[in-house]
Amino acid sequence: MLVSLNWLKNYVDIGDLTPEELAEKITKTGIEVDGIEYIAEKSSDVVVGYVTSCEKHPNADKLNLCQVDTGEETLQIICGAPNVAKGQKVAVAKPGAVLPGNVKIKRVKLRGVESNGMICSLQELGFAEKFVPKDIADGIYVLPEDAIVGGNVAPLLNLDDAILELDLTPNRADALSMIGVAYEIAAILDVPILLPDEEIEQTEETAADEYVEVEVEDTELNPYYGAFIVKDLEVKPSPLWMSNYLMAAGIRPINNIVDITNYVLLEYGQPLHAFDYDKLQSGKIAVRQAREGEKLVTLDEVERNLSNGQLVITDGENPVALAGVMGGASTEVSADTKAVLLEAAYFDPASVRKTVKATGLRSESSTRFEKGVDPDRVRRAGMRACQLLQTYAGGKVLAGAVEVDKLDRSEKIVEMDSDEINKRLGTSISTNEMVYILNKLRFFFEQNGTVFTVQVPTRRQDITIFEDMLEEVARVYGYDNLPYTLPEGESHAGALTETQALKRNVTSYMQGAGLLETITYSLTDEEAIGSFITPEIAAEEPKPVSLAMPMSEDHKYLRLSMLPGLIRSLGYNQARNQPDIAYFELGKIFVSHEDVLESQPDERLRLTGALTGKWLENPWQQEKKEVDFYVVKGILEGLFEHLDIPVEFEQAKLDQMHPGRCAVIKVNNRTAGFIGQIHPLLAKGEDLGETYVFDVNMEEVIAAYDPEPSYQQIPKYPSITRDIAFILDEDIAAGDVQRVIEETGAPLVKRVRIFDVYQGEHVPDGKKSIAYSLMYQHPDKTLTDDEVEASYQKVVDTVNAQFSAYVRS
Amino acid sequence: MKEQLESIQTEALEKIASAAELRELQDIKVAYLGKKGSLTTVLRGMGKLSKEERPVVGEIANQVREAITEALNQKTGKLEQEAMDKQLESEAIDVTLPGRPVNVGGPHLLTSILQEIEDLFIGMGFEVREGPEVETDYFNFEALNLPKNHPARDMQDTFYLTNELLLRTHTSPVQARTMQEYGGNRAVKMICPGKVYRRDTDDATHSHQFTQVEGLYVDKDVRMSDLKGVLDKFAKKMFGEDREIRLRPSFFPFTEPSVEMDISCKVCGGDGCSVCKQSGWIEILGGGMVHPKVLEMAGYDPKVYSGFAFGMGPERIAMLKYGISDIRQFYTNDIRFLKQFHHA
Repeated sequence: MLVSLNWLKNYVDIGDLTPEELAEKITKTGIEVDGIEYIAEKSSDVVVGYVTSCEKHPNADKLNLCQVDTGEETLQIICGAPNVAKGQKVAVAKPGAVLPGNVKIKRVKLRGVESNGMICSLQELGFAEKFVPKDIADGIYVLPEDAIVGGNVAPLLNLDDAILELDLTPNRADALSMIGVAYEIAAILDVPILLPDEEIEQTEETAADEYVEVEVEDTELNPYYGAFIVKDLEVKPSPLWMSNYLMAAGIRPINNIVDITNYVLLEYGQPLHAFDYDKLQSGKIAVRQAREGEKLVTLDEVERNLSNGQLVITDGENPVALAGVMGGASTEVSADTKAVLLEAAYFDPASVRKTVKATGLRSESSTRFEKGVDPDRVRRAGMRACQLLQTYAGGKVLAGAVEVDKLDRSEKIVEMDSDEINKRLGTSISTNEMVYILNKLRFFFEQNGTVFTVQVPTRRQDITIFEDMLEEVARVYGYDNLPYTLPEGESHAGALTETQALKRNVTSYMQGAGLLETITYSLTDEEAIGSFITPEIAAEEPKPVSLAMPMSEDHKYLRLSMLPGLIRSLGYNQARNQPDIAYFELGKIFVSHEDVLESQPDERLRLTGALTGKWLENPWQQEKKEVDFYVVKGILEGLFEHLDIPVEFEQAKLDQMHPGRCAVIKVNNRTAGFIGQIHPLLAKGEDLGETYVFDVNMEEVIAAYDPEPSYQQIPKYPSITRDIAFILDEDIAAGDVQRVIEETGAPLVKRVRIFDVYQGEHVPDGKKSIAYSLMYQHPDKTLTDDEVEASYQKVVDTVNAQFSAYVRS
Repeated sequence: MKEQLESIQTEALEKIASAAELRELQDIKVAYLGKKGSLTTVLRGMGKLSKEERPVVGEIANQVREAITEALNQKTGKLEQEAMDKQLESEAIDVTLPGRPVNVGGPHLLTSILQEIEDLFIGMGFEVREGPEVETDYFNFEALNLPKNHPARDMQDTFYLTNELLLRTHTSPVQARTMQEYGGNRAVKMICPGKVYRRDTDDATHSHQFTQVEGLYVDKDVRMSDLKGVLDKFAKKMFGEDREIRLRPSFFPFTEPSVEMDISCKVCGGDGCSVCKQSGWIEILGGGMVHPKVLEMAGYDPKVYSGFAFGMGPERIAMLKYGISDIRQFYTNDIRFLKQFHHA
């Protein structure tokens, strides 16, 4: 809502507050002022001039040579506007004037003739093109004949106005009118409010009901319809003050009749519509639901296909307006209009909202109806418009409006106890101060001790319950004046849950391991939805979950894997010459098993990562390491060791992965994700080299995690280390052998490590050598050589037997 | 014999003094103190001495041996020290060469901000709750006083999956879920951080996915001044002790009264600048007193219980704190962005 301060001053006295000071007060009391616009700040040297002569420029066809009396002097000015003429009063920017846009006016020569100033158009004075009346869009603005030559143009054209841009919250529909805003400011400043009167000087004896009949099909949807008839109208431009106010409010002046309906819309917040009475041939107004297949060409010259559920105004037969939204072209007021039927009505907000949704058409009218207009102002607004038509369009108002009236104009009663208010706000506002606040708001009330029975004015449809009054009192009292307190209720120690703490722990480990955390989008595209699905999820045969109305193909499905997003992020960086990256992300995937989605999908927490490029680069010491399987596996092994959760990796072949470099992760013998190199062809698609990923099921981790470490006494007795190298078939997995060593060696073997893997000279073809280092220790004694030897021999024998291995000598 | 011993000592000490290498000292040791050394040889002749002379000469001989041994040890130590010094000198390295790099990982900036917010409120006795990102229409809207035909519930803003399921547009449903779980007869003091989604086209100031932290405190006799006090503590910890806060009336369907909170602009200190659009204030969050209908629907009697709620956007907080101008940066995962917040 744009509020012209000059207009507003007709209703309330804002004293000598600057627009900024006023804006600050309004914002702090409840309506955010988004900005202040000045129509034209620097136009003090623009004065009223009288064109005493106007001839063609001797050297240019399209220019006029004018002599303009500006009071103190007569200036010769060259003007290119087609509508300049002798005898006009015009706005003259004298040499030295600075116009909006920092345009400086100087004495110049145009085609050899001197020009001492400029005759201005509205645009040149700072008005936005879209608000300038269409007929003078290409020309200068002609001032009224009574403008005083030499006088400042600013007040005449409202150039000295400041416009407050109000950012209204949906509840404050009352401030969608100048009168509503005036009430708000009167409450803030504690000043009187001066309302317009709607008195009509009744000169016409003919009754309106001789001209029109009104019928309303459903008074729930249209509880009030008032038809006023004004005849003998003269269509012409509105008075200058009215055009000025409309332009300041962001509405383009058209003619006096249309302007008056718009003016009253802004003043009262009540939309009105003027039908050309003579085009409304039937002399009848019938309000009903549109019928399927009916059509209406609206004022914007668009043919609308109507359907049931949209409320229309008809002439008894055909629709002539979309109720509360826009009039029809067939009954539009034109230059030839002699009489109008002026509609002042109350349409049900939900009904108007329906029409707006169905047609996609929104107007100043629908915006107000959708939020609910003040029932008390509907008829009065109609009368106000008639009064203005009488004064500014020479119209004669027929006696009495033709009305259908089932409108509830009663005021809501809300009780508030000042003790309860103070208890809720944490304040100690006295009852006297409450009285003062209610008076400033102009709410009537009865007081009984601390209890106030408040009659809420109909303009404040948003106030229905005690808490609404609580807000009214609080905001007028001032949020700034509320004390700062801390809760006094019983207090508990806040803490993270075990799972939340574990997530932080994992995040912090990953950072320490050298990975950067990322956040990718949960919504993804068709290609990604089928990609890199971890085997334990794939086994569930999940059904893709998609949006009902996606905005784009890119963000259509809820992800079933985070890896496609991560891999694309790698590609994004690669394309920016950032080839070495290690990423991790902790986030959710969305799993549903329903063909037709009915319940919320399961949200499963995953820990994922993607790494590519160099892991280590230390050029001057000739150290360099590309990310490989074992770098990534080491990070995960470290994580599980950090969390004290046993983990195993099993060779696996998975779609989209390198067939020989991929493993599933096993926790408690259950598949808990996978790790490996993505298929080189897929990596190539993102312009990536060898790229490794992992995807860990955090639910398994959470289940296996014990936040309390189990403490083991530090051994008092020395450990003994023995090394063994086995020669075995090359396709035997080192981990399988290690498991056998651990099992056979237990409990004396405390730790087994692989320290060499070798193929080549001295090892037969098809075989490999793996060297293990075994650490023996006993908690209660020093082991003897014999004891170690016995255990060692058992390990050797078992491995030899199980893997057809032999010890390399 | 006595003279003989003294000359041996003199001769040995001179040689020791002039020795320049450890090997020479070894030779000297052998030449004088060894089995065939001159001192040993002399002592071997002691048997020929008289009973009276023997202890006298023996003592002299011991003194000589000690003197030579002592001199040898000292000189050895000195030469070893010199050798060590020389060795270490030769091992000097250029300490200005770069070290072996360590891969430095780090949290996402939003994670850091979220953790900071969580820790602040945990310190004030709040618990941290989480909820599903795919929500029901009921919890996302209806339970928050946004019935089906409510104007504030614009279809355009919500990603619906079905008529009843949607991607949550705020973390507020967790409020309703927690209150229902708590059953209407105990205090609720929680925050809920998480991802939320809106039907917006991604640009510098809009993202279809972003994060939110919602706070809720419901108890008997919760006052609006408590909201002001708690938010003031939060703002000062988060943005600096010298920040002021300001509450302005606003409107949300789930709170009444509703507020928006501004903090004084860090850049201009409140005088007005381009960051705060000349107002001196920057909007940080919205909140208010929990609407009685929301309490009622969750099973809390609004005559007995009252509460406050608030919601804030970590992206916005991060953008203000670090001067980030494009919200898409949080989701592009450009390492030039991520790496700047290693230590955040």
